[in-house]
Amino acid sequence: MAETMVPPGVTSGGPAGAPHGAPHGSHGGAAEGETRRDFLTLTTAAFAAVGVGAVVWPFISSMNPARDVLALASTEVDLSPIAVGQAVTVVWRGKPVFVRHRTAEDIQAARATPLSELKDPAPDQSRVQRDQWLVVVGVCTHLGCVPLGQRPTDAKGNFDGWFCPCHGSHYDTSGRIRIGPAPLNLPVPDYTFTSDTQIRIG
Amino acid sequence: MRDVKRGFRNLIGALVLGAATTLGATLPTPAQAAGEAIPLPNAGFSFAGFFGTFDRGAAQRGLQVYKEVCAACHGMYHLSYRNLTEIGLSEDQVRAIAASVEVRDGPNDMGEMFDRPARLSDRFRRPFANELAARAANNGAYPPDLSTITKARANGANYLHALLTGYVDPPPGFALADGMHYNAYFPGHQIAMPNVLNPDQVEYADGTAATVDQMARDVTTFLAWAAEPETEQRRAMGIKMMLFLIVLGGLTYAVKRKVWADVKH
Amino acid sequence: MAIGLHDSTIQNPVLRWVDQRLPVFTMMQKEYGTFPTPRNFNYFWNFGALAMVTLMIMIATGVFLSMNYTPHTAHAFDSVERIMRDVNYGWLIRYVHMNGASMFFIVVFIHIWRGMYYGSYKAPRELLWILGVVIFLLMMATAFMGYVLPWGQMSFWGATVITNLFSAIPLVGESIVIWLWGGFSVDNPTLNRFFSLHYLLPFMIAGVVFLHVAALHITGSNNPLGIDPKGPQDTLPFHPYYTAKDSVGLVVYFIVFAFLVFFMPNYLGHADNYIPANPLVTPAHIVPEWYFLPFYAILRAVPDKLGGVLLMFGSIAVLFVLPWLDTSPVRSMRFRPVAKWSLYLWLVSFFVLMWAGAKPADEPYVTISRIATAYYFAYFLVILPLLGRLERPLSLPESIAMPVLRGGGPVLAGAAAKPMEKA
Repeated sequence: MAETMVPPGVTSGGPAGAPHGAPHGSHGGAAEGETRRDFLTLTTAAFAAVGVGAVVWPFISSMNPARDVLALASTEVDLSPIAVGQAVTVVWRGKPVFVRHRTAEDIQAARATPLSELKDPAPDQSRVQRDQWLVVVGVCTHLGCVPLGQRPTDAKGNFDGWFCPCHGSHYDTSGRIRIGPAPLNLPVPDYTFTSDTQIRIG
Repeated sequence: MRDVKRGFRNLIGALVLGAATTLGATLPTPAQAAGEAIPLPNAGFSFAGFFGTFDRGAAQRGLQVYKEVCAACHGMYHLSYRNLTEIGLSEDQVRAIAASVEVRDGPNDMGEMFDRPARLSDRFRRPFANELAARAANNGAYPPDLSTITKARANGANYLHALLTGYVDPPPGFALADGMHYNAYFPGHQIAMPNVLNPDQVEYADGTAATVDQMARDVTTFLAWAAEPETEQRRAMGIKMMLFLIVLGGLTYAVKRKVWADVKH
Repeated sequence: MAIGLHDSTIQNPVLRWVDQRLPVFTMMQKEYGTFPTPRNFNYFWNFGALAMVTLMIMIATGVFLSMNYTPHTAHAFDSVERIMRDVNYGWLIRYVHMNGASMFFIVVFIHIWRGMYYGSYKAPRELLWILGVVIFLLMMATAFMGYVLPWGQMSFWGATVITNLFSAIPLVGESIVIWLWGGFSVDNPTLNRFFSLHYLLPFMIAGVVFLHVAALHITGSNNPLGIDPKGPQDTLPFHPYYTAKDSVGLVVYFIVFAFLVFFMPNYLGHADNYIPANPLVTPAHIVPEWYFLPFYAILRAVPDKLGGVLLMFGSIAVLFVLPWLDTSPVRSMRFRPVAKWSLYLWLVSFFVLMWAGAKPADEPYVTISRIATAYYFAYFLVILPLLGRLERPLSLPESIAMPVLRGGGPVLAGAAAKPMEKA
């Protein structure tokens, strides 16, 4: 076998000149031919690169939310069974949303707090559409735990709002961060009142 | 060298000839082999061929036929109401269509299932709770789900159109089983589904005359769209892809010629 | 090799730093840059590269499909339809994967036939060929299990029929089948393990492909004349000559592939697989995917259960020993007038089997299958061993470059003289 085969590298390792032939200049009118080949090659490579890019996109796009997922992106909540002082948790886009029917004291406490005491200053009025209904995403802005405070027996923190048991963030009756490592208030999702007793989130 | 080229050509020739005859002979067979071969008339649909598109009017009329006739027994579980905007209906129209159907939801706070008007995100309502319920209600036959029906039959669209217009009197001497119906295009000719399309079975809003052929054609268009809703996007993308590849092929070939220009071969 | 940094010739300092410690760039340069390749390849030599690219396409699309696929009997069909309807470009990824399987087999069949025509299986490339047959077997196993995943009627009944083949094994057959199923019929455990293995096997294929290419780079490539390169005048550096030539083949291949995907994506499939699997109703006419039809026809050509199974597996197994069955020292069929036509006839028998495999198991198809099966095996077991002794091959050219040079015209340009040039 050894005598019949060419060991790899013989050609390339061989004399770099032209042992078998032709004067070097015979291929193409020298520089002109070279330039054209380079231009052609570059164009082709660029074209192929565009093609590869176009092919990669569908793969990336396929990881975005699918159409059935997007279609479920809104949730309707019936407010009529929620008594004053109570709260319900609904699922919206796979996350808990707190809907709280606030008491007059809750509203009063939220409105009375000066903005200067807030880590993430926002007046209570900017966080509700109707004073007695507070709707916030129930995910702690620190690292994503769900704060306590929905059930009557839960710890509600120092401000009678919510308390995150993971790292001790306290939220007030407007869902604003007051003490603890969380940087931001509980976010308010997009929602609309479709009637006096019904909201659509998303 | 010429001999080598000839050998090469022979090999290519043998491959191409073999592949062509085999593919040609093999592929249409499943349909024929499933009983006797029943040639299907070509209904000449707008979506046939490589560049066809769905006739939106026909698809919307077909939806009406499905709703008023087929939906009593056949589900279309893989479709959601939101998909109907793709056949040219507005979102409000689709909302109204969905709201006219009660779908099962739940459990509610009491732990019970309940019915409510459908929303855009709901799947099409299933006419029967499960296959056994469907069989019990249909003399033992199972009305198949129609979501993929034109993909699930060989030459699906033409077959469906032929089937729906193929209810004729059985030839003399044909032994028809009890509760079965004669159809010229159903494999074996005995079908459990009765003829459901009669002239003016539905009243089209656009004034189209509801002949049996028209209704069969419309509902087939709707079902063909439902089975492959990506068809138009796929074909449009395919044309761009082919043009791109042909240009890229030309460029690549030019590069190859250039690279090989100084090699005698 | 001595311990210490590799003596790299790479100029770029960063690449050089890496190359001194892990000479991957030197290796790429050697195996795909300057690798001396016979100068006389025709376009049949594209198909190895095409197969490699197809494997990569299959793995990429498969990985993304699995992100949305649910391997459960109650959800598999629905999850596939959801991919087709709701996942962004899901239909594209699935149709590429589905038709990619067919394209893979087309490419590999041609790759194998090329090897058979030009004697690429002969010494010193026996192991290279055997690794190729291993890849082919793994491909068939992968394709079979992949076809089960959508859980349509053909998925289910294909899985039932093929796994039942093993029940033909005496004594332990039944136990093996139950072991394969993980139950008493094809059911959820079967679907789960098939999904797991369908995900695993392509990476094993990739591993064997690596060995296949490594072995190729020890012996060097065969060529249409079947004679060994005698010196630098017979070879060209792989790059840019064969990178350019493979690119042409690749684009043409993509055109065919794209046409299938975008304009007739279900042409090669079977309509029954869009009906959800029903363990109580067998479709009127079960056929495997087209690429299994020849082997399926061989199975059905034998009236005995065990015999049919053995013959079917034998039709692949015989490829393993092909290097020793063909006793002729001449590689290329170009110089073997009788063997050449025997091979063409073998190819015809292959296509006849493919055609007969799709037909019902009735006359005349059974007789035709038997004749074609007999020839399929006779080619390997009788004709090739005898022809090695009886046939008078034509005289071989002195070298690869000779037929070219004899044609007159200017002598060779310095092809290998500028091997490093970028193209």
